[in-house]
Amino acid sequence: MSQARDRWPLWEVFTQPKDGAPHEHAGSVHAPDAELALQNARDTYARRGEAVNIWVVPSEAISASTPEDVGPFFDPGNDKPYRHPQFYKGAKGG
Amino acid sequence: MAEPLVEYLLRLGDDRLVLGHRLSEWCGHGPILEEDIALSNLALDLIGHASLFLELAGTVEGQGRDQDALAYWRDEHEFRNLELCELPRGDFGFTMVRQFLFDAWSLHLLEALSRSTHADLGAIAAKAHKETRYHVRHSSEWMLRLGDGTEESHRRAQAALDELWPWTGGFAYQDQVDQTLRATGIAPDLSQLVAPWDATVRGILAKATLVIPDGPMRMAGGRFGRHTEHLGHLLAEMQIVARSHPGARW
Repeated sequence: MSQARDRWPLWEVFTQPKDGAPHEHAGSVHAPDAELALQNARDTYARRGEAVNIWVVPSEAISASTPEDVGPFFDPGNDKPYRHPQFYKGAKGG
Repeated sequence: MAEPLVEYLLRLGDDRLVLGHRLSEWCGHGPILEEDIALSNLALDLIGHASLFLELAGTVEGQGRDQDALAYWRDEHEFRNLELCELPRGDFGFTMVRQFLFDAWSLHLLEALSRSTHADLGAIAAKAHKETRYHVRHSSEWMLRLGDGTEESHRRAQAALDELWPWTGGFAYQDQVDQTLRATGIAPDLSQLVAPWDATVRGILAKATLVIPDGPMRMAGGRFGRHTEHLGHLLAEMQIVARSHPGARW
């Protein structure tokens, strides 16, 4: 099993619980290509009807911030809440 | 011979029970975790379809046998599945080629059966057809990857196809049972399903660079209880717990 695991790339899985809702990260699967990643994602995360749509993305295509970015990235200026996108209410996923 | 509808439902149920059991043997032995889960899911689907067909068989028979009685308390010669379903699981290539050939047949058969004049049978077929569409997609994708993959995967898939193809002759086997049920629109004419099945299968196999072997097709002995040496061993394992603890509940 470990040999195949070394060769098959990792895919991040995003499932959409219902129409209009945003896709949410569900987990990851190994697969040789996108079509089989979709099928593996369906079997692993959506077999019991938890999703109406699935995205799979090669894990290596995701750029993530690092723990050191916590300060400059996320320390918010709480005295000016109108600067936050969350200040303005809109339909989720709309 | 039993009532034709009972006989017919046993054929449908036993194909799926035996093939589902063969697939379940992969649980914990899949080539990779994700495929292990997929194979177990397919096994559960097939056994789920079998339980619906067998339960209905017991109801129509009216002698107090439920799906468990039919699955665990019949012997080899009473099973009506095709031999194709009982052959040992082999390697992953063999398992997938068999799934592909069976899924494609099942897709066309269940689609036709969903229009049955027998309401319960039609409803079960419609439900099973929905899941079978996914099964075909899964096994078709594997045909492409194994057939048109590495030298070794192609060799194994071709060897599996050479061995399995003659057994597909059993799919369209028909006798008095089918004839009786066709007259009232309960069952479709299986000979009408051969061309669409053939088109589905040949389309994928050609893309997968796999070649359908020449040669004679095999008879469908399983439909009247004549099986290969393998079914008895499968049943021994499948039935041992139920027979050792009759009526057990958990």
